Amino acid sequence: MTAPAQPPATPDLLYSQDEEDLRSAVRALLADRADAPTVIAATEADTPYDPRLWSSLAGDIGAAGLLVPEKFGGQGASHREAAVVLEELGRSVAPAPYLTSSVVATETLLALVGADGPAAALLGELASGARTAVLAVPFATPPAGAGPVLAALDGTVPGVADAAAADVLLVPTAEGLYAVETSGPGVTVEALVPLDLTRPLAAVSLSGAAGTLLADAEAGATAVRRGLLAGAGLLASEQLGIAEWCLTETVRHTRERHQFNRPVGSFQALKHRMAQLWLEVVSARAAARNAADALATGSPDAPLAVAVAQAYCSGAAVHAAEECVQLHGGIGMTWEHPAHLYLKRAKADSIAFGTAGSHRRSVAELAELPAP
Amino acid sequence: MSPAADAAEVRRRTRELLAAHPPATTDRTDFLKARFDAGLAWVHYPVGLGGLDAPRSLQQVADAELAAADAPDNDPRRIGIGLGMAAPTILGFGTDEQKRRFLRPLWVGEEVWCQLFSEPGAGSDLAALATRAVQDEAGDWIVDGQKVWTSSAHLARWAILIARTDPDLPKHRGISYFICDMADPGVEVRPLRQITGEAEFNEVFLTGVRIPDSHRLGPVGEGWKVAQTTLMNERVSIGGSRIPREGGMIGPVARTWRERPELRTADTHQRLLTLWVEAEVARLTGERLRQQLVAGQPGPEGSGMKLAFARLNQEISGLEVELLGDEGLLYSDWTMVRPESVDFTGRDAGYRYLRSKGNSIEGGTSEVLLNIVAERVLGLPPEPRNDKDVAWKDLSR
Repeated sequence: MTAPAQPPATPDLLYSQDEEDLRSAVRALLADRADAPTVIAATEADTPYDPRLWSSLAGDIGAAGLLVPEKFGGQGASHREAAVVLEELGRSVAPAPYLTSSVVATETLLALVGADGPAAALLGELASGARTAVLAVPFATPPAGAGPVLAALDGTVPGVADAAAADVLLVPTAEGLYAVETSGPGVTVEALVPLDLTRPLAAVSLSGAAGTLLADAEAGATAVRRGLLAGAGLLASEQLGIAEWCLTETVRHTRERHQFNRPVGSFQALKHRMAQLWLEVVSARAAARNAADALATGSPDAPLAVAVAQAYCSGAAVHAAEECVQLHGGIGMTWEHPAHLYLKRAKADSIAFGTAGSHRRSVAELAELPAP
Repeated sequence: MSPAADAAEVRRRTRELLAAHPPATTDRTDFLKARFDAGLAWVHYPVGLGGLDAPRSLQQVADAELAAADAPDNDPRRIGIGLGMAAPTILGFGTDEQKRRFLRPLWVGEEVWCQLFSEPGAGSDLAALATRAVQDEAGDWIVDGQKVWTSSAHLARWAILIARTDPDLPKHRGISYFICDMADPGVEVRPLRQITGEAEFNEVFLTGVRIPDSHRLGPVGEGWKVAQTTLMNERVSIGGSRIPREGGMIGPVARTWRERPELRTADTHQRLLTLWVEAEVARLTGERLRQQLVAGQPGPEGSGMKLAFARLNQEISGLEVELLGDEGLLYSDWTMVRPESVDFTGRDAGYRYLRSKGNSIEGGTSEVLLNIVAERVLGLPPEPRNDKDVAWKDLSR
């Protein structure tokens, strides 16, 4: 056996000026509309999302259409820009159906628009943020494990992220990929109690539901894999944002908090832990940027870049969030302090689109390091 | 004044050099001297000192042209201390005469350099060093003391040296920085055999070594500041070049895994995959750092890369020994040798395992580097210090 192929081109791992401008706009919006007390309050409200926040993010800033070409009503940008939006959403853990609708569902539809028809119309609605859609598969589904959950438009799909607020479900079945209106007859979306309060989960049940066929089984499966690959790859940027917030806040807290007549952050045992987290954050940034760039350029290296990013960034975000709770001491255990929101999001994200272990299995295959 | 060189100018000069000194028919040293004189040694250095006053990023333009023409290089591994530590320090703090005297033979490789910083009694607390330099009536400095962990000392013509010139001052303030002639009769170099069996490092005993004042770098008593430049350059020299996928220690292990299925176990598979991912991420982090440098936005990532590589090298080589099973019980050769250059990935798995233990000690221990990251990058408060205002001679040792 030979060594795995080298990446075909040098990835651009930096941020462009446009990307930094987009980041500033998103960060300012989230600081204004989704600070920690607002997010905590929202988790206890009945509505999963703040519609004003979503309409500003999706419409005014144009974030929802970043992946969509202009001819379908989008911004004609790429995964690199969408990744920057997700970094900021990770930093604020704001509830917004961005990853599920603007990335996964959008990317799934993008695989189908060559054939025009209903997929193109729906894509335009998602790009404007006027409507949202979710892929009706369990949130834990890895890109490599994607298959139809249902034989036909009948049965229950557990653990679908953001389904509660979605207008449209993209349902992969053995017959093909369907678009199903959540408000239509025969569709029940039952909210579940999620570990991560900032990303609602629901069980989707179909019984005598009607749908629009978007693609046959084979084309549908390819589109779903593409959607999940983009979701997994850009989730790494959300995880980077989580880890970065956790580190920043932990540094801030331990500089200010005094114990034993010293700032807690001056104790070497703690400093080394935060320095280690910093190293994980800069590493996660390189891995996440690489995945976003590979997706943006359509590189044949994208599946490996995504698997590497997910295998690394999941652990980095969880580690940062766990350290954040621990190094905040008792306050880190309280409901008032937002640390718990990040821990819950980080842990849920470590399962979303496949665990680190399942992505390492993909690495084994793609890098030609087979199991015994 | 001529405008700063751009990429086209660097390319033109490189082609001129290659035309005037065809690599195939030119003596290696002659070619390197001509390259230095053409300003293509390190293009960001001043004109006349091996450079063109050009942006550092243009070096790759020259390097690519030279590599394509199969031109000889100056074996940067063998003269790494000179290139990475001595040269930037001489450039930053040397007199015009020192720059003219030392930089060219250093870069060409005619004169090997070593570094006389570490001491048996100082270690990570480098500023606690005890080697003394006392000025005599003629103005020369007389140096007495002992240094340790000195790579290349047995090959070196020159050394950068820090020594204490005023024990009545606090430890950071009474240090001066010198260029030491390793051919001086007071310099004795003894091999220091290591964990691997070989002697890559030396102990250096300095007894009445006479250094002329013209070989001092920077003002008397400012040696610690000068040394900071040296140490910073030591740490940023990593990460300058592109590394291919599986380019580091993960490469041999991955090859063994592919070629010898009989060695595979479920446990080693899990560990290999975890380390493969981490090695790939470290490679990408280094690549990102490189891109930041080229774009003129150096980030602090460099301080972290050494930490990452040290841990990875240790874990990967540890796994490799275990993966090899019966073969992992063997060692190629314990005969003491004195290698000309450090070879981190050379020899067999057992060597790599043992040698990598030094990766978290040499060039700043991981513990010290974590403090540097915490304090300088994250802005965490410093450890309380009780040696700051105490004269060096009054410190407990």
